[in-house]
Amino acid sequence: MKFYRSHILVGINETSLQAGVEDFLHSLRAELSKHHLQEEVNVLETGPLGFFGRGICLSVYPENINYQDVKLEDIPELVEEHFLKGRPVGRLMLDAIGKFTPKFDYQNRIVLRNSGLIDPESIDEYIGFGGYEAWERALTQMQPIDIVNEVKKSGLQGRGGAGFPTGVKWSFTAPIEAPQKYVVVNADEGEPGTFKDRLIMEGDPHQLLEGTMICARAVGASKAWIYIRGEYKLCIERLQKAIDKCREYGIIGENIFGSGFDLDIEIKIGAGAYVCGEETALIESLEGNRGHPRWKPPFPGVEGLWKAPTVVNNVETLANVPFIIKEGADAYKKHGTPDAAGTKVYTILGDVAHPGLCEVDMGTTLRTIINEHGGGMKKGFRFKAALVGGAAGVFLPEKMLDVNMDFASLKDYAAVLGSGAILVINEHQSIVDVLWSILRFFRHESCGKCAPCRNGSQQLYKLITKIKKGNGSMDDVELMLTIAETMFATSFCALGQSPVLVIRSAVEYFRDEFIAITKK
Amino acid sequence: MYTEICNKYTPEKHNLIQILHEIQDTHPQHYISDEAVQTVAKYLGIAENHIYGVLTFYTMYSTKPRGKNIIRLCESPPCHIKGSQNILRKLKALLDVQTGETTRDGLFTLELCACLGVCGNAPVMMINNDVYGDLTDERVEEIIEKIRRGNQ
Repeated sequence: MKFYRSHILVGINETSLQAGVEDFLHSLRAELSKHHLQEEVNVLETGPLGFFGRGICLSVYPENINYQDVKLEDIPELVEEHFLKGRPVGRLMLDAIGKFTPKFDYQNRIVLRNSGLIDPESIDEYIGFGGYEAWERALTQMQPIDIVNEVKKSGLQGRGGAGFPTGVKWSFTAPIEAPQKYVVVNADEGEPGTFKDRLIMEGDPHQLLEGTMICARAVGASKAWIYIRGEYKLCIERLQKAIDKCREYGIIGENIFGSGFDLDIEIKIGAGAYVCGEETALIESLEGNRGHPRWKPPFPGVEGLWKAPTVVNNVETLANVPFIIKEGADAYKKHGTPDAAGTKVYTILGDVAHPGLCEVDMGTTLRTIINEHGGGMKKGFRFKAALVGGAAGVFLPEKMLDVNMDFASLKDYAAVLGSGAILVINEHQSIVDVLWSILRFFRHESCGKCAPCRNGSQQLYKLITKIKKGNGSMDDVELMLTIAETMFATSFCALGQSPVLVIRSAVEYFRDEFIAITKK
Repeated sequence: MYTEICNKYTPEKHNLIQILHEIQDTHPQHYISDEAVQTVAKYLGIAENHIYGVLTFYTMYSTKPRGKNIIRLCESPPCHIKGSQNILRKLKALLDVQTGETTRDGLFTLELCACLGVCGNAPVMMINNDVYGDLTDERVEEIIEKIRRGNQ
């Protein structure tokens, strides 16, 4: 292995590709060579860097300096000043005054441990960082029942939103005798404000594949499908490359590692429907139908894709699995709280100084996440509320900033962890306006299968529009709550059951705003 | 042309969504015609009305001809609070169309969509396969101008 003085990590993502990162890399390498630095400074193409800057972003190690919006014409100055003379270029740094470094030391990364450090398109780098060791172990040293028990023992809960214990889910499917079983990876990430799965897939696609393989082995499935939303072009490309490499290396295929176990993984692309994040709707879509949810029971674990037993797991859930198998359930449980093990990946957005993603232990408070990882509030803005969990989430006011973020603690406050999106709203934003935007979303995304959700979401949108325009009354606010509660009680799937939480939290914590606007 | 695309896939219903994607992506007007539906129905051995059901359910498909460049502006809460409505106004004025319409020169179709998962750079839009983030009025003008110029 070669040793370099510095590594420049260049984030390759949708934003940087659009900013012309390919030409940029070419010029950067040429400029380094011009100064004979090519043996000293290594340029690495990688996935998400852990912060969101504009345009092309770079992280330089070991100095740990982040640059954003670096243009072609900045390259000569950057190379000469930083890499030749050792003087980082202040004007290009992420934070104009000094430097903002995402607090990686506060983070205990499991899911994102390779993200931003390895080339996501290189299977060799993944293997070099200990990848596919867990898969080998699961295949050659463990019985399927041992895998299920280890995951059960780890306390891993589904990271898609509902938080169902993963090991328990697997234990329903594993003992069933069936000619064919399936694993389905739910990569149809559509919750507004959530893009953790995109970053996991862009940054470290092999880890997701390894988790999927272990799950397939545990439940006895010989085929896995990854259902990914059509908008995630880069993820699709990288996952496809990763799958092809696995086939080439014999990591999937027939009689893997001489174990007698066969497995194939295939990608299916969605076509834009939020409801397809619901597992039975997703299965319908996989079969080539409209994405309408199915009646449960039977649950997919017993009767899913083409009536075969099917385990459906979220991307982040499966990305946790290689660690659990490799390091053991006890090592995993060292993270998080006694009730909620492991870590959670959050996306922090809105009016914070540094929107981005972070992975922290379960149970970390909202305050810590916003202040330590989001860089606090944007200068000149005051915190008003955080919308946690996306459209299907809740508003949390300032007094709840110290709530522990895990499934059980939030439930005590009638809140949900959901997908891990944290949208920070400043004091000048109107909660009524944000709620209007959420209810417009539900109206659009209701699949139309059941009447309570189809009609209810329409009525909610009408009422909130009336209120927003200043024509409503407090009776209309109460009516919204009644409709949403009826939807919760009678809707077919989680989509129709969701609006009640967000409406209730808005009205409960920000009642004054509703009173003020209805008095106009 | 439609038959060629179909032949890349096994004639099983679960390939329907992928086939429709490919037909739409390769059509210069980004849509799925009646003729395409008939071909696919025959190939997969399923009813045409099933295909129309699927086509009209998913937001990415269109049964009407569209422009060369499909603009999909995100209107979900994270983009909404960052002013996506102002961007929409700007786009409408620049292109002289309403939401869902195509410009007279056939160059652009303006659409709205739900979260694109690029919320770190809100407000965001996609034009065909490219994502454009951190939108401001000036940036939108630049982007549209660039595409217009590239088309001359």
